[in-house]
Amino acid sequence: MAQQRRLRVMVAKPGLDGHDRGARIIARAYRDAGFEVVYTGLHQTPEEIVEAAIQEDVDMIGMSSLAGAHKYLFKTVVEMLKERDADDIVVCGGGIIPNDDIVMLKEAGVKEIFTPGTTLDDIVKWVKANVTPR
Amino acid sequence: MQSIVEKVVSGDVRTVARLIRDIDDGMPEVRNVLKELYPHTGNAYVIGITGAPGVGKSTLVDQMIAHLRKRDKTVGVLAVDPTSPFSGGAILGDRVRMQRHSMDKGVFIRSMATRGHFGGLTQSTRSAIDVLDAMGKDYILVETVGVGQDEVDVVRSAHTTVIVVIPGMGDGIQAIKAGILEVGDIFLINKADRDGSDKTYTDLKLMIEMDQRKYDKGGWKPPILKAQAVFDEGVAEFMEEIERHAQSLKATFGGLDIRKQKDMVRQELSEMIKARLLEEVISKLTETGDFDRAVQAITAGKIDPYSACDNLVLPIVGLSHP
Repeated sequence: MAQQRRLRVMVAKPGLDGHDRGARIIARAYRDAGFEVVYTGLHQTPEEIVEAAIQEDVDMIGMSSLAGAHKYLFKTVVEMLKERDADDIVVCGGGIIPNDDIVMLKEAGVKEIFTPGTTLDDIVKWVKANVTPR
Repeated sequence: MQSIVEKVVSGDVRTVARLIRDIDDGMPEVRNVLKELYPHTGNAYVIGITGAPGVGKSTLVDQMIAHLRKRDKTVGVLAVDPTSPFSGGAILGDRVRMQRHSMDKGVFIRSMATRGHFGGLTQSTRSAIDVLDAMGKDYILVETVGVGQDEVDVVRSAHTTVIVVIPGMGDGIQAIKAGILEVGDIFLINKADRDGSDKTYTDLKLMIEMDQRKYDKGGWKPPILKAQAVFDEGVAEFMEEIERHAQSLKATFGGLDIRKQKDMVRQELSEMIKARLLEEVISKLTETGDFDRAVQAITAGKIDPYSACDNLVLPIVGLSHP
């Protein structure tokens, strides 16, 4: 088999939010961009997301949150990755997230936040520019 | 400092995850790691689970993990999903059904994409099984993509091969009976509450009993079971059948180290040679530019592809034109 690094990303739905249409569409866009996408399904705890990301050896975790708990959930995932010595995994997020929270989350180590209206093309472009297979 | 091999054998999750990535990505240095890991393999019991898309393989695997964990067995899972032939990307969604086990230290779950090209699937899945085996997992569950010839190859590395079907897929069974029926050790009719499960049972029974002569000589006769994996119905009985099959293997081969069986070795080695040759030949031809030149010559109508293939391959393997 030819030697080739392929980008592996995880699309995760943390917390109690049950709306995963957006996450699925993002997953599909990543697939079409040539990434291998591990989808976790709904209602994930930060612990579950971090453990799965390590077992799957992904380069990036993308989380979707539409229910308001993003501050705690996104931040906890970043912290736990650090604890597990896995903070080389890029974390980004998307959803209905107020501007003030975006500032706070970026300070906490979330690399990018995508809000409603962002095109799929822009998201894929961002991933290609900011995430490289480790 | 611990070597990669020591870390794998001690069960270090990050090292194992990384190594499987390197295997998948075809990194040449993994070959030496795999050589050193080989003596640490041969202890795990490998179960292959195959069947058409949507029959409930992932849900079944999820329940199997739960049953094995109740018996304090550690479990490794390799779940394979298809790669898009157009983008090269893949959605690896088998994990969704198994995510409740992700916090369990006794379980390691890894999703893999088929990646299509050059028959690499068989080889990298086989190598990933070795890694989980060396890691010390008692059971390794390999969930294949939907039915096909390649998947038959993968499940041949398993001790027990399970074919999952659902009622009302008469055509499906017709389609798979030539290849897959022959490698199935256990047949599971999932979603058995649906209409037609008795018909499916009869169809399978008929096909299996056509091999009656084989069983008269003491061969393993594949049992057919019904289950509703999502409700954990019938899964306990199914797990018992797997144990029964393991006992039968032990009695036939005098142990469970089936990898040292001559047939297995022959097959594994020939697969390995195929993959390796292909890799070496293709990379050589690509590096020298001979491959691209041949493509150009064929498109320009200067040569036919059969002759071009001879010209490319024969010198490499040291043969002259016939």
